[in-house]
Amino acid sequence: MQASTLFIIIIGLSIFGYFMGQGRALALAKPLGGIRKLHSLPSYYAAQAALFCALPAIVLMGLWLIFEQPIIDSLVMSRVEAGGLIESKADYNLALNRVHNIAAGVLSREGQQSVVLAAADNLNAFRTNARLALTLLALSLSVAGLVLGLRRIRPDFRARASVEWIMSGLLMACALLAIFTTLGILLSVVFESIHFFRSVPISEFIFGTSWSPQTAIRADQVGSSGSFGAVPLFTGTLLISAVAMFVAVPVGLMSAIYLAEYASRRTRTLVKPTLEILAGIPTVVYGFFAALTVAPFIRNLGESLGLDVSSESALAAGSVMGVMIIPFISSLADDVITAVPQSMRDGSLALGATKSETIRKVVVPAALPGIVGGVLLALSRAIGETMIVVMAAGMAANLTANPLDTVTTVTVQIVTLLTGDQEFDSAKTLAAFALGLMLFVVTLCLNIVALRVVKKYREQYE
Amino acid sequence: MNNSAENLRRIQKSLKKRYFVERCFLWSGRAAITLGLLAVLVLFVDITSKGYGAFRSTEILLDIHYDADALGIDNLHDEKQLAFADWDVLLKNALREQFPDASGRKERKQLYGLVSNGAGFDLKERLIANPKLLNTSEKVWIIADDDIDTYYKSWLSGDPYAERMSEKQIQWIEVLDEQGAIALKFSKNLFTRGDSREPEQAGIWGAVMGSLFTLAITFCLSFPIGVAAAIYLEEFAPRNRLTDFIEVNINNLAAVPSIIFGLLGLAIFINFFHVPRSAPLVGGLVLTLMTLPTIIITSRAAIKSVPPSIREAALGMGASRHQVVMHHVLPLSMPGMLTGAIIGMAQALGETAPLLMIGMVAFIVDIPQGFTDPATVLPVQIFLWADSPERAFVEKTSAAIMVLLSFLIVMNMTAVWIRKRLERRW
Repeated sequence: MQASTLFIIIIGLSIFGYFMGQGRALALAKPLGGIRKLHSLPSYYAAQAALFCALPAIVLMGLWLIFEQPIIDSLVMSRVEAGGLIESKADYNLALNRVHNIAAGVLSREGQQSVVLAAADNLNAFRTNARLALTLLALSLSVAGLVLGLRRIRPDFRARASVEWIMSGLLMACALLAIFTTLGILLSVVFESIHFFRSVPISEFIFGTSWSPQTAIRADQVGSSGSFGAVPLFTGTLLISAVAMFVAVPVGLMSAIYLAEYASRRTRTLVKPTLEILAGIPTVVYGFFAALTVAPFIRNLGESLGLDVSSESALAAGSVMGVMIIPFISSLADDVITAVPQSMRDGSLALGATKSETIRKVVVPAALPGIVGGVLLALSRAIGETMIVVMAAGMAANLTANPLDTVTTVTVQIVTLLTGDQEFDSAKTLAAFALGLMLFVVTLCLNIVALRVVKKYREQYE
Repeated sequence: MNNSAENLRRIQKSLKKRYFVERCFLWSGRAAITLGLLAVLVLFVDITSKGYGAFRSTEILLDIHYDADALGIDNLHDEKQLAFADWDVLLKNALREQFPDASGRKERKQLYGLVSNGAGFDLKERLIANPKLLNTSEKVWIIADDDIDTYYKSWLSGDPYAERMSEKQIQWIEVLDEQGAIALKFSKNLFTRGDSREPEQAGIWGAVMGSLFTLAITFCLSFPIGVAAAIYLEEFAPRNRLTDFIEVNINNLAAVPSIIFGLLGLAIFINFFHVPRSAPLVGGLVLTLMTLPTIIITSRAAIKSVPPSIREAALGMGASRHQVVMHHVLPLSMPGMLTGAIIGMAQALGETAPLLMIGMVAFIVDIPQGFTDPATVLPVQIFLWADSPERAFVEKTSAAIMVLLSFLIVMNMTAVWIRKRLERRW
């Protein structure tokens, strides 16, 4: 039976259980003189029966579906391995793929080794059996839960407490998902990175200045063996982010100051949402804009000034990224500036300072921690931004500080390494995970520092 | 006495400078605002001016004779015959009849190049829908090739772009134009087709369906889970280390670069759990993890805005804590949560980078029919088209961007409307 059908049947059973439970509770209550003689409302008895029916069966189903495939694979492949066909991990994956394709009927059975054919038959048999077992187990668990849930319905049974206990557990599980996501990110990047650092020493990765990830696909192929020095990527990322911050910080900060201190209420309600449109535009749109409009414009401008500008210059990608970040900085700065107590402004104005002097010498210094936090968050966003640089920055890993040159970034390389046709275990794809680890660690540090600074600042004036 | 007069003079002298600085400061603030607004304006004008043309495509009126002999078919219900028939022959015959002056292989080839490569299949569909047409003639608007389309549009606007056109083709188009047999028509292909290598045949419908399936998964998972997590953290969680740790995690996940979620999807969902690649299912899962922090944070703010007096009143009437939440807090904070969910969905709709990692960049012609079919989404389609070398794809890309932006605008307006209409101010 299909997993989705099974799921629907279990849900149906559980709904049936709900009404059974309700009926039973009402029937129990009648001779006693109404539902006020029960400990809980009838709907709680019913919900309890429904939860007992559905939850264990669904949990079993989830676990089963997660572990079914790996277990069956290892069972099937143990025979093939015993046949002496497997020498390396690549062989293993190839053989496994072949077995899967034969079993699915995609690959013809002719000319295959008998071990592989037997494994494919085994695979199909295991699959059918496993599905049958899952169906039987899940359905019986569901029915057993239903019976148990119904039998527990007694006038003195504390159904509400029981249901609420289960609900609390479910709510908490949802909240814990945040931790599991972080854990998942860490596990996925750390494990693959460890693989990578086995073949490429970590010192070469962090301090090497030459990046050319082209590795030979076959052992006898003529070609570069690949070098994985990530310094050009780090400098490229920093260069583009620096250009972006150079655009975004002054513009964002000044517009926040203007909106918070000078603008009339009407201007504010009009301008603020319009600026925030910039934050809602998908990055792929910015990428298109940068590659097709801004980059040629900057190139032509540079040529008319007699400068040699690359058509994928860091300046184009960086300035468009800066535009994207403007609303981010301006809204964060706006928040912290409006949080500065009015009394501080009044004090400064009363001493005869002009408005701009008050802002520059009192308001901004008071709001500085919050502004710095906002800028750090914006920087972390610039470093991790992908689509703009994928579309508008280049692939060439140049070690340069010239914004008119082509540079590449960490995110561009992750995308190019992982969207090609490469075997998953090659150093090329693993390098992407190592870069991902670097990116995660750097943005994590920036975020934690920034969030802490912002929080401290907020507490100061609350 | 002398001293204070001196001071006064010095202050007065400095005043001019101070007021000048004040004005400069004010104007730099205005300049910053103008720059920001200008960026919005330039972006929208640029995209619209590039993309509006794609909503109409060039079509050529041809006199098509559905010649059964030329097609080599005798039975319209025979699938095999239909599949093997040379449908382009109809177009070639019609074109030769229209322009008998085309002689020689080269010119013939240029002549056939006037219409789109896939136009024969349109005729096939026409014939199958109306079998009576066999062995009769009719005048049909045939979709033109993308180079012709680009040339004709630029020619109409008075600045012909003839880079990929031959002399002969330009003449033919002028003749067609005099006869009124070439015109711009509403481009149905754009809204009904999937991707194609031929710009004139490519459409966004496949990507829109892919986006729809992906967003459906994202919403069904992230909204309930996000709301549940927010309820737990606001209403039930004890103040302890674990809760603090969860909060740090959520705040941090909200700022993790989206591409990292793509790496997670690739390593965990695809390589470990064997979820099918390129499918809306895995895309939806990745986007769920990505939008969860946003939804949790906005839902918590919505729950926080419900005044404590409501909770206290309900508790005073004997409700349990769960009843307080389910019967009072949740309904009252629902508009705020929905607003957050829509904003989260808008974010997910525009997201590209993580989907590149999990194989949703594949070239997919078919319209996806379910959650496990290979699919692509609207932003990824934009990315793919932006990468294509054909000039006509620039127009298509901009049009796709316009569609994407209008979806986003509608979603955000709905969110604002919900907030204005349904949210209660306490």
